[in-house]
Amino acid sequence: MFVNKINAELLKKLLMTFGPSGNEEKIRKVIKEEIQEFADEIKVDALGNLIAIKKGKGKRIMVASHMDEIGIMVTNVDDDGFLRFTNIGGVSPFMSLGQKVIFDDETIGVIGMEKLDDIKDLKLNKMFIDVGLPSKEEVIKKINVGDVASFYSPFIYQNECIISKTLDDRIGCFVAIEALKKLKDTPNEIYFVFTVQEEVGLRGAKTAAYGINPDLGIAIDVTLTGDTPKAEVMDVGLGKGAAIKVKDRSIIVSPKVKDLITEVAVDNEIPFQYEILDAGGTDSGAIHLSRSGIPSGVISIPCRYVHSPSEMVYISDVINSIKLLIKVLEKEKINI
Amino acid sequence: MVETPGLSGYECEISNVIEEYFKPYSDDIVKDKLGNLIILKKGNTGDRKKIFLAAHMDEIGLMVKQIDEKGFIKFTNVGGIDQRTLLAQEVIVHGKVDLFGVIGNKPPHILSEEEKKKTVKMEDMLIDVGLHKEEVKEIVSVGDIISIRRKMIDLQGDRISSKALDDKAGVAVMYECIKELNKMNHDCDVYAVATVQEEVGLRGAITSTYNIFPDIGIAIDVGFASTPELTNDDLSELGKGPAMGFGANIHPKVYEGLTQIAKEYNLPYQEEIHPGETGTDAWAIQVTQSGVAAGLISIPLRYMHTSVEVVDLNDIKNAGKILANFIVSLNLVDLEEMLCY
Amino acid sequence: MLLKRLTMANGVSGNEDEVRNIIIEEIREHVDEIKTDRLGNVIAIKKGKEGFPRVMLAAHMDEVGMIVRSIDDGGFIRFSLVGGIDERILVSKQVLIGKDRIHGVIGAKAIHLQDKNERNTPLKIKQLYIDIGAKSKEEAEKLVKKGDYVAFDSEFIEFGGNLIKAKALDDRAGCGVLIDLLKEEYDVEIYGVFTVQEEIGLRGAKVAAYNADPSFAIVFEGTLCSDISEVPEHSHITKLGKGPALSLMDSYTIFSKKLNQCIHETAVENNIKIQYRQPSPGGNDAGEIHLTKEGIPCAALSVPCRYIHSPSSIMSLEDFEGCKKTAKLFLKGIKKGEYVCE
Repeated sequence: MFVNKINAELLKKLLMTFGPSGNEEKIRKVIKEEIQEFADEIKVDALGNLIAIKKGKGKRIMVASHMDEIGIMVTNVDDDGFLRFTNIGGVSPFMSLGQKVIFDDETIGVIGMEKLDDIKDLKLNKMFIDVGLPSKEEVIKKINVGDVASFYSPFIYQNECIISKTLDDRIGCFVAIEALKKLKDTPNEIYFVFTVQEEVGLRGAKTAAYGINPDLGIAIDVTLTGDTPKAEVMDVGLGKGAAIKVKDRSIIVSPKVKDLITEVAVDNEIPFQYEILDAGGTDSGAIHLSRSGIPSGVISIPCRYVHSPSEMVYISDVINSIKLLIKVLEKEKINI
Repeated sequence: MVETPGLSGYECEISNVIEEYFKPYSDDIVKDKLGNLIILKKGNTGDRKKIFLAAHMDEIGLMVKQIDEKGFIKFTNVGGIDQRTLLAQEVIVHGKVDLFGVIGNKPPHILSEEEKKKTVKMEDMLIDVGLHKEEVKEIVSVGDIISIRRKMIDLQGDRISSKALDDKAGVAVMYECIKELNKMNHDCDVYAVATVQEEVGLRGAITSTYNIFPDIGIAIDVGFASTPELTNDDLSELGKGPAMGFGANIHPKVYEGLTQIAKEYNLPYQEEIHPGETGTDAWAIQVTQSGVAAGLISIPLRYMHTSVEVVDLNDIKNAGKILANFIVSLNLVDLEEMLCY
Repeated sequence: MLLKRLTMANGVSGNEDEVRNIIIEEIREHVDEIKTDRLGNVIAIKKGKEGFPRVMLAAHMDEVGMIVRSIDDGGFIRFSLVGGIDERILVSKQVLIGKDRIHGVIGAKAIHLQDKNERNTPLKIKQLYIDIGAKSKEEAEKLVKKGDYVAFDSEFIEFGGNLIKAKALDDRAGCGVLIDLLKEEYDVEIYGVFTVQEEIGLRGAKVAAYNADPSFAIVFEGTLCSDISEVPEHSHITKLGKGPALSLMDSYTIFSKKLNQCIHETAVENNIKIQYRQPSPGGNDAGEIHLTKEGIPCAALSVPCRYIHSPSSIMSLEDFEGCKKTAKLFLKGIKKGEYVCE
């Protein structure tokens, strides 16, 4: 029954499209094609951010969801054809072990490790990628130093949840796209920005925010949860609604923005929860420090196992996040 | 000021208090989009030399992370708090109404020898507000802020102790400076800014400096004063004058100007060497837009980031005087020439 | 030799005067406009022909070093590090202090007096001090004051197969390249900046880029080279003598693929050796430049330097010349229009 509730086909396409930080060409193309007919204007900036504008007369609001994903970059090809690599964004060696990666040309490799006496010593520089070719000569016809890959894992739609790689933050892109599509006439001028290079330091959001200079910034991203066995204390759980951020490492959300989003959720009876994230940050961290300061907030989609090839979100949280975003964007006379 | 809560990101209340103090001595006061309080004291002439002073009005504190089944509150930190200073503190939980609470811990009688040797981690601490879970949930929600409850006290001489002297001491310096300037003739426009969110990453200074883009920006913060466990011979001492920062973060001519004025007026000062990052608003001020000549004045302070910080009031008064006289000394100066390398 | 003058000058982050003066003197006659900003960056502009893009070129003037914290009663000088220096390299070195270049040495307890444990424990900065031969605090204070900058005292030596040894090749090598580039004529407008304070957090580049508004930027560096025996082959970040290195990714930047491609092609077409710098930690001024305002595409072309951030770093003059030549040819080949690679 849930298949009817969200556009699973689009979501799958977003999740399976290649796009490690700095290599967002393919995902940008997919999103651009998807939103083209719904936006009044579309542009791409110097860093590669995709900006879709929905014209209006009220406040200028920037909605940021990042289209890049974590991945790896090749640092060396040895004589036997094994590839050494480094991380793009937060890649854990333990999460990577035994996983498959996929390159831009769709070559698939497996991650192996040197013999270690103690698995605690596992680091990325003790690991390598094997693409199943016998020599350096064979490998460098396809893959060279500087080439990037993303993790490879299937899209699973099961019961009330989605399990996949790259829900961080293609689920945010999905929420923004759905909001853009459903948004009719808005009293505000909305800049939907699909940002680049979030995973390596909120870089795309920084330059996009400077260029747009909005009155209000809202990032859409995933957040961690505290609802798994012996998890770190955190009051966010799957299925409990859209999460409204209070603070993380990159931002303390202005109480005015937090209250604004809360008020919209309460008025429209959209389930929500407050989020305090002790680690990590998101695009709002860069947006709110742009120029003379831009009041910014975050709507987060609760997600388990973030930065693993098996991230998990609940459909209901996704739907509530879309609703909440639309209602915020439709709000008249926003006063911050 | 020190008894008013002003946690990073939640400076509305403290900024109102500060505004009241500055009102009689300033030409204009505005709050910007991040909450920085910008106090303008106009100069005499029409020339638009801008001097920017920054002291941060935010303080470190705690935030509600979860309310457990028994109604105890789990919390996290806002800014750099030493978790060892938290046990047995009294706090105010700022819910729908303010609730008094204590950070409890197990009585010593039931502690094992092993436990006594270990630091209690913040994530294992609880706040007890003495109410049932339902009552707590009625008043308190996740994300509410918590401040340490602490009254300021007078110590011997001109020394005082309180929480949040980091950086209300700096705000007090700006107050002394602006008050002095009311009795003097100065040409530069002076923007005294009580900045927000310094403790979580100099955030208020980044945006307020961008907004004003001054010629000179001077941060006034607190610096480490020597205590028995800090025996380095290069730390400042309490009561021996404000410490003038020197290093790559500080424009050499600003440092020179401040120290010259101190010598000229016979006001005590000390020197503080910063080999790189100063960890103060000056670090953000300097690299704003196409660059700002930055300065740094530190008020020596003991026990930084505890609730019993100690300063000497004379250091604050002297810093205010040096700063005011420095600003007046710029009347006759061509800033372009002075700040040229 | 210009490179010798550049490396013998002292310019610890925050105190780049000596280097700045040499550079200004060297380029003055070759540029249309020259200015120094509030942080001390030197900005040199060479006007271009109409319709051609503006290109920002950057190299940093500062070097890692030390700063005087205090002088003790015996006249010994305590110091802090400025920038990233491995503390273990400090002992048994000669240094120069302050504007007057006062000679000093960083000594250590004689090996005869050390116990077994001490011999295997690296000395911490707190245990080290500089001896200028003063007999007392008073005597030392006449020559040295709190806040004086301290640089390594290291000769410029040509040796081996076309190699040189010097201090501060990071980034006087880049300064040398940029000075040379400014002496040529181009169709494009050149916005050349010699930045300050790179070693303590890319500080100068951040403000120097603010008013530049270029179509793209190229950073010239002296970069890590780890092609020595004790490092496994797959961790050789760059290799000495294999030509200038183009950066792919570091801790602060993912470099422009288009620019890399164009610069790489230029070198290959002209039979100049060129290599890619392995994606690895570290960073350079591009980290701030590429995030300025609405974003500036960046490339970094570097001269590989062994033993970087020490008094004795080594580079190949062939790589240095290759860097200059590649950049020169690339800049001269830029066609009319907004951005060379679009």
